[in-house]
Amino acid sequence: MSWTRKHLLGLQDLSRDEIQLILDTAEPCKEIFTRPIKKLPTLRGRVMVNLFYEPSTRTRTSFELAGKWMSVDVINISTNLSSVAKGESLKDTAKTIEALGADFVVIRHYAAGSAKLLAETVQVSVINAGDGAHEHPTQALLDLFTIRDKKGSIEGLHVAIVGDILHSRVARSNIWGLTKMGAKVTVIGPPTLIPQEIEQMGAEVSYDLDEVIPHVDVINMLRIQKERQVAGLFPSLREYSVLYGLNRRRLDQARDDVLVIHPGPTNLGVEITSEVAEDPRASIDEQVTNGVAVRMAVLYLLSGGKDIP
Amino acid sequence: MAIKAHIMDEEGIRRCLRRIAHEILERNRGVENLGLVGIRTRGVPLAERLARNIEEIEGKPVLAGTLDITLYRDDLTMVAPQPLVRKTEIPFDVTDRRLVLVDDVLYTGRTVRAALDALMDLGRPQSIQLAVLVDRGHRELPIRADYVGKNVPTSHREDVQVFLLEVDGEDKVLITEQV
Amino acid sequence: MSLLIKGGRVIDPAGGIDAPADILIEGGQIIGVGTDLPAAKEELPAQGLVVVPGFIDLHVHLREPGYEYKETIASGTRAAARGGFTSVVCMPNTNPPVDNKAVVEFILAEGARNGAVRVYPIGAITKGRRGEELTEMADLAAAGVVAFSDDGNTIMNAVVMRRALEYGKMLDLPLSVHCEDVNLAGQGLMNEGRTSTLLGLPGQTRAAENVIIARDVELARLTGGRVHFAHVSTKEGVELVRRAKKLGLRVSAEATPHHLTLTDELVATYDPNTKVSPPLRTREDVEALRAGLLDGTIDCVATDHAPHSRDDKEVEYSHAAWGMVGLETAWPVIYTHLVLTGCLSLIQAIDLFTRKPAELFNLPGGRIAAGQPADLVLFDPKKNQRVTEELLVGKSKNSPFIGQELQGWPVYTIVGGQARWVDEIGR
Repeated sequence: MSWTRKHLLGLQDLSRDEIQLILDTAEPCKEIFTRPIKKLPTLRGRVMVNLFYEPSTRTRTSFELAGKWMSVDVINISTNLSSVAKGESLKDTAKTIEALGADFVVIRHYAAGSAKLLAETVQVSVINAGDGAHEHPTQALLDLFTIRDKKGSIEGLHVAIVGDILHSRVARSNIWGLTKMGAKVTVIGPPTLIPQEIEQMGAEVSYDLDEVIPHVDVINMLRIQKERQVAGLFPSLREYSVLYGLNRRRLDQARDDVLVIHPGPTNLGVEITSEVAEDPRASIDEQVTNGVAVRMAVLYLLSGGKDIP
Repeated sequence: MAIKAHIMDEEGIRRCLRRIAHEILERNRGVENLGLVGIRTRGVPLAERLARNIEEIEGKPVLAGTLDITLYRDDLTMVAPQPLVRKTEIPFDVTDRRLVLVDDVLYTGRTVRAALDALMDLGRPQSIQLAVLVDRGHRELPIRADYVGKNVPTSHREDVQVFLLEVDGEDKVLITEQV
Repeated sequence: MSLLIKGGRVIDPAGGIDAPADILIEGGQIIGVGTDLPAAKEELPAQGLVVVPGFIDLHVHLREPGYEYKETIASGTRAAARGGFTSVVCMPNTNPPVDNKAVVEFILAEGARNGAVRVYPIGAITKGRRGEELTEMADLAAAGVVAFSDDGNTIMNAVVMRRALEYGKMLDLPLSVHCEDVNLAGQGLMNEGRTSTLLGLPGQTRAAENVIIARDVELARLTGGRVHFAHVSTKEGVELVRRAKKLGLRVSAEATPHHLTLTDELVATYDPNTKVSPPLRTREDVEALRAGLLDGTIDCVATDHAPHSRDDKEVEYSHAAWGMVGLETAWPVIYTHLVLTGCLSLIQAIDLFTRKPAELFNLPGGRIAAGQPADLVLFDPKKNQRVTEELLVGKSKNSPFIGQELQGWPVYTIVGGQARWVDEIGR
């Protein structure tokens, strides 16, 4: 298996072997955390632009660190700092980035399809760091990495994804990745937050967390945005928490070796209690470490990629 | 590829490694503070065999680890797609240790250069020595081996191929030539 | 000046004609149709071509006044002539909107001055198209509007819609309604369903269209007013209109070439040219619309020609303007996908572009007979070409059909006896 892609736009496009290769490459990258000198010369002289149209501390920092540890020069552009705020279009910004000699553009955008639009506009390698509710491939890859790390293998596992599936790019990328790697996925949330025909992606649907929780190997708790309550998708955070929050009582219904993950940042007390977040079965902090390793692997692989196959 | 010469067989490799093991012990006056580091791929079984030899001779175990130099290669921009990255596993602290890098063939010296950089990033060894099964000449960098199994003069058109039981199912060293 | 169109196959659904015949034109009028007509000053050989009444489009956006960078009356009517249309009915969402007599007069004057085809304006139902107060509908009618519409916007207040239908009865002009419940539609960018789920694009439920169709059917029943449902796109919508017609209500409906041939799966490209309101639906809806054409539930084909500049379109999908151009490709799309596939007979298809729309909005033309205006189109049933930007002659090129191979292209469009489009390559 060798890597031939120039862009990473989503997990829908990737084969099982390609996902496997990223995870296998991330494994040695993770070792850098144990070193006194956290720097590899691999991508010296390469330039990466973090183009963020949505605020994001975690993902941006993770990419930044991954780049820096591979000796990539990193430039951050976010909406409130650049001409994006002055009405400059994505295409214009992209052309500027290209003219600056960037090798990678990491894009986070509120509109689905933006990463693809960018990839069609520039000659640079594009990494999707989240486009609307479409995909967030590196988050799903780090979730897969964490699951494989803790469980040994992904094949045959039953994974619950709980929360706002409708607006979640993390859920979509996870469903693609998990099903390709042979896991069974059940999405759980109130009917108003489950998108139509999600079953077509290969996931099962449940509205009842208590019924599913005893049977799963992994619980992926999504962040619930307070705006969704304002938009009338559920009556109150209190009721959401009662029905779909992960607390001690619910966790006790799960298997002893259940793995709890969360893409962060957590709304403690809403979708997950601090008690659960600190439980040894939760790997939320380690996900951050794994995120850097996975992104290093992606940068390394894409740097040799030629074009969209 | 045509086979030009069969320069070492199982017995030849065994004798070379035995001799190098003696030389390492002699030069370092025992196994105290010593660590062997095999460069992936074929340096790894060679380092393990050297470690076994040293233990047999000295009656004391010696530490051994594995180094993957892919992320330190200087030709990544010239190769596509990217070569596979694998794990570096060195189960000891390299700082203040006498290290012996182990590889199968010494050629341009670029792999060793990458390995030296990789080791330096892991800590500050007291010294680094180099052991190779075959030195085929044509250095492009100021690097030399401290322990050499066999010096084999070659031309650029030729290739030295090392086969090891652990990786290839048999032990032998061949010189091949492009036809 | 007289002209004899000689040797073509003449098809006129209104007169039940489908025969080889010549057509003699003089003074902008059809003088005779037959095989032994006298010679004329000019002769147009039409062997191998089909001669039909000029097409009539009840739903176009010419963008003038206000958005001349997207389209003008001159450029939009040029696109119409290229597509075989000899009359277009233009929507009032201009700037200023067509909610007063002056704008009506401007459009009519500009159409007469620079239009390649006949232009009939639609007046707004409410002032500023805000859905609150009725326009001076009688004044607009007197100035020459042929229908009323707040197209693009739905009058969400049912009382306002009721009053418009009641008040409009004295003018006996139809209200062309864009059916979209804005609350249900929300931020939706495409049809809500499997594809929107995959793409992570906000979905717009089909119910947003259906509830307004249902409401306006009830209001048509209540008021006896004339409702014309613009661009029906859902199978439920077709069924609602079908039932309303069975009840004898004064309702009519149009469908667009894109809703009759494309599905939401096309959006998977994130190509902003697939973004249209109402959104592209599913295969089932396409089938239902086609069935609606066959049983007369859908009365006619209209393009909803909605030009947008590159700058309006070459942006993120969510930012892109709604709409697609359609005048140039409408007939070849229907001919290729519905006639050549056997879904519609040729005469049925022509009927949907000619007699039916003329009758619905009470427009001249739409038939070939002595005394009728000489509005004709000659199309080449064998002519096959790929849609390219160059082939689109309007100002904007936002067509989802670019790249498609289509057949049956118009090669000669005549308006009032004057050639308004001649396909140089074809002749």
